Amino acid sequence: MKARSWTIVSLLVLGALLAACAAPAPPAEEAPPPPVAAARFQTILDRGKIICGCNAELPGFGYLNPAGEFEGFDVDFCKAIAAAVFGDANAVEYRPVTAPERLPALQTGEIDVLIRNTTWTLTRDTANEVDWAAVTFYDGQGMMAPEATGWKTFEDMEGATVCSTTGTTTEMNLADAFRSRGLDYTPLLFEKTQDTATAYEEGRCDAQTSDKSQLAALRSAMEHPEDHVILDVTMSKEPLGPLTAHGDDKWNDVVRWVVWGMVQAEESGVSSVSLDDMLESDDPTVRRLLGVEGEMGTSLGIPNDWMVQVIRAVGNYGEVYVRWLGPAGLNIPRGPNELWTNGGLIYAMAVR
Amino acid sequence: MTTATEVMKPPRTEVGVLGWLKKNLFGTWYDALLTVGSVAFISVVLYGVTNWALTGAKWGVVTTNIKVFMVGRYPYSEIWRIWASIGLFAVMAAITGVVWRLNIARARRAVTISWIVVSLLTVVLLAGFGENTPIPRVPLAIWSGLMLTLTLGIVGIVASFPIGVLLALGRRSNLPVIKVFSTMFIEIVRGVPLITVLFIAMLMLPLFLPASISGRLSNVLRVMVGMTLFSAAYVAENVRGGLQAIPKGQYEAGRAVGLNEAYVMALIVLPQALRAMIPAIVGQFISLYKDTSLVVIVGLLDLLGIAKAVTGQTEWIGTQKEVFAFAGVIYFITCSALSYASRRLEKQLGVGER
Amino acid sequence: MSAIAVARQRTLRVLRDERFLRALGQAVFAIAVVLFVAWCLSNYRDRGLTFTFRFLREEASFDLAEGMAFSPVDPYWKAFIVGLLNTIKVAFFGIIMATILGTVTGVARLSRNWLISNIAGVYIEIIRNTPVLVQLFFLYFAVILKFPSLEDRIVLPGPIFISIRGINLTWPRPTESFAYWLPFLIGAVIVAVGIYAWRVLLERRTRRPVSRLPWTFIALAVPLLGWFLVPGNPLYPDRPAVEGLKVVGGTSLSPEFAAILFGLVIYTAAFIAEVVRAGIMAVPRGQTEAARAQGFTEMQILQLVILPQALRIIIPPLISQYLNLTKNSSLAIAIAFLDLYAVSSTMLNQSGRVVEVFLMIMAAYLSMSLTISVLMNYVNRRLAPVER
Repeated sequence: MKARSWTIVSLLVLGALLAACAAPAPPAEEAPPPPVAAARFQTILDRGKIICGCNAELPGFGYLNPAGEFEGFDVDFCKAIAAAVFGDANAVEYRPVTAPERLPALQTGEIDVLIRNTTWTLTRDTANEVDWAAVTFYDGQGMMAPEATGWKTFEDMEGATVCSTTGTTTEMNLADAFRSRGLDYTPLLFEKTQDTATAYEEGRCDAQTSDKSQLAALRSAMEHPEDHVILDVTMSKEPLGPLTAHGDDKWNDVVRWVVWGMVQAEESGVSSVSLDDMLESDDPTVRRLLGVEGEMGTSLGIPNDWMVQVIRAVGNYGEVYVRWLGPAGLNIPRGPNELWTNGGLIYAMAVR
Repeated sequence: MTTATEVMKPPRTEVGVLGWLKKNLFGTWYDALLTVGSVAFISVVLYGVTNWALTGAKWGVVTTNIKVFMVGRYPYSEIWRIWASIGLFAVMAAITGVVWRLNIARARRAVTISWIVVSLLTVVLLAGFGENTPIPRVPLAIWSGLMLTLTLGIVGIVASFPIGVLLALGRRSNLPVIKVFSTMFIEIVRGVPLITVLFIAMLMLPLFLPASISGRLSNVLRVMVGMTLFSAAYVAENVRGGLQAIPKGQYEAGRAVGLNEAYVMALIVLPQALRAMIPAIVGQFISLYKDTSLVVIVGLLDLLGIAKAVTGQTEWIGTQKEVFAFAGVIYFITCSALSYASRRLEKQLGVGER
Repeated sequence: MSAIAVARQRTLRVLRDERFLRALGQAVFAIAVVLFVAWCLSNYRDRGLTFTFRFLREEASFDLAEGMAFSPVDPYWKAFIVGLLNTIKVAFFGIIMATILGTVTGVARLSRNWLISNIAGVYIEIIRNTPVLVQLFFLYFAVILKFPSLEDRIVLPGPIFISIRGINLTWPRPTESFAYWLPFLIGAVIVAVGIYAWRVLLERRTRRPVSRLPWTFIALAVPLLGWFLVPGNPLYPDRPAVEGLKVVGGTSLSPEFAAILFGLVIYTAAFIAEVVRAGIMAVPRGQTEAARAQGFTEMQILQLVILPQALRIIIPPLISQYLNLTKNSSLAIAIAFLDLYAVSSTMLNQSGRVVEVFLMIMAAYLSMSLTISVLMNYVNRRLAPVER
């Protein structure tokens, strides 16, 4: 058969290609790779808007509302950055990314900034050519199960089927947690968070694991949220925050200081309500933050009234938190995400 | 009246309702058994489906989200542009219908040309220009819902056809380098699932392009490239089948009247081959249209992607049946329309009536 | 004519020579392709990316709960094998089941019974005109995930459990005396082959069609006899039972496996039905009538007259349906079944080795496609009557 012999040839060529590639890499790789995104910030300024990689299916953090718009805690940071750079919170193009494709999307320059509950880990920071800018939410991997089970610890869960999303650190932490205790369990991995949640709610698995914030978000979207509890177990540290590609530190600086600016605003009592009064404030930190004095914005390469625009658009860190994660939203207690002055971990570097 | 009584009436068992029943449903004892079984089966299924559709189903999930299903994230204020495009196409379809029905030979070329013009116009209308024009730019990346499904289908079909023909010619060519290249491309693409090709376009392609280029390629565009190349390999095989069916005499006759190889191919062989392969190629296009649903796996929000996203809305928990049934019905209507159109086309061109 | 003019003439002749132009064109094309590939590779290297398969020997550190036993300390390559075997499992059972369902539907479509023919027609139309992914989503999310919980499971005689955790069946397992029973099983096969050969010879000798396959069932008597001769029972029924959160004993079908298998079978069968229908319709009616006139039974007509001729038309499109089923099994990723593709996707995410893993996926699918077409082409050549 003619077609068959051609397939054989194709296969052989592919094999040869594999073999050729598998051979020791040529010494060419000794040269340091030139930065991929060296001029990213300039590209963004020329484009007139930022492309923000976000989640499309996580209530509270990033999701599509019935009007077809993105909103949520993470999405507000996209808006804040756009407000700071362009004075317009709508100068954002949202690009929903799934967990497996999010880091490649950043590396390849398809998105400018990724704000999609992504954990800051050493491996990712080094292997994937990305840089985190700040931490917007301190999280930890938890476990959700129906309240009726009465479970408290992993030992109670012997033999359980646990649903989780693939392509994340979650599945590895899960394997570690059960293996280290010598417990038997069955993992069931879905490609998309929403599918994981659906499978859990329908009873395909006995429990679901993910970051606690995500579990709270998913629980809030359930038909009977009160029937499910997030167990008091923590499998890992999950500091979440925005990240940019390696190479353009200026751009990374902008992202980081927008986040810290919002934190500082909360600490200094600058909110969307008090903004107009605060512009008259005598507090030097507030005056610098709002661009009344000093060159804070200009030295970042953005308009000096950056924080005024941010506060006007989305408010300070606390306002954003309350809007999406407060009692009216997902109702996640602030806990570690309280300001450092109130015993939490949220702390901005000095604005001066 | 009384004289015509000699005419015998047909036997009662072969005409009328009873006759039809006997012939078609109760021919033999096992036919009768099968019929009774089928009636029971149909009753159960019909009762279940209608009962669910009329009383159990929460169709609110579809009616509330109908805009999201159709155009997804296309801005509210710009929806008139979609209506305008649909209007344009409707007018063009009507004109084409009239011209073809009345068989106005002279108008045909004009109609064909205006189709191309209208198509380009629609693309411009939907995509828009810069910021401060009456029709601001709507980036491809936010096209979603049924609109994205249709866009992917149309672009895939239009772009894969010429590439497929070229690949088929390449595979039949007597230039070894071209032949090997075309054959390898066709065989490798046909040997792997579409989803692999889509993931290569999404994840792998950008790694092999400089950042300045890959950053500008939106995910929708990359998926389009992937789908087009995938479909082209299949179109190529269909066209090749058509080329093989053309008798050698046609080539020879063409050469004998002094046409060079390219002209023989373009004027004599290819038109006949394509005409013979219309059913197969249309079949391939229908399957390409259905395959656009696979983009949901690489994270695009096409009709199916929107359907899944909608099931995540808090107020519509557990409405998977309604939502997927609705998506299925839309696909069914559009696919059936496509196959109906292709059957009409076949009839009109007289394919298979030799 | 000056020497220069002659030389120019010669050059022109070479330039106009078709053979030269062909060679030149191909060389340009080949160089363009090579340059493009080189450019791509240099871009790849510029990103600081490397190419190595060394990661395959590293610890995978994720868990796989479908198919072959796998633990997080196993290496990546073993995960790939798990996925490959799962895909082969789906393709193997899928092809067999889709062929059976498709043939039945195709024959039903041609039935003289109006109702049967139209039920088959509606099934074929609905399935063929909707995407397979929509069907898979519907089957998994809207049907299988709505099954009752393990506590409220449906228990069929056997026992067979049907719940959202899958289907659990009673399964025969060998005991110690199975070894004594094995020779009887082998004996049964030999007897069956013997009977079949005898019937074929009988057919040749009498020159009359005789039924062959039903007779081979006589061979079943051998293992039956053995069952009573062997000490104890060679097989015992392993019954499923609920223990804590899961079912132990018996054999089980996970909901994800059931979804991808049945989803693909239902989809592909509709296409196979059309193939079978077209094949049977291509056999002229006169053939059936002639056979009937000679006193063949309906079964014999189908087996000896229609099918041998129809198969020749059926097999080539059937091959492409088998290939489609195998390739479509990659959609398992959308419903959490751990096929080759889903496992590779996890490998790729955890190791970051995009290109390497993709080359492995492509090589695996190409090999599977090749195997199926080789096997089926062999069958085709054996079945096809000699061309005249």
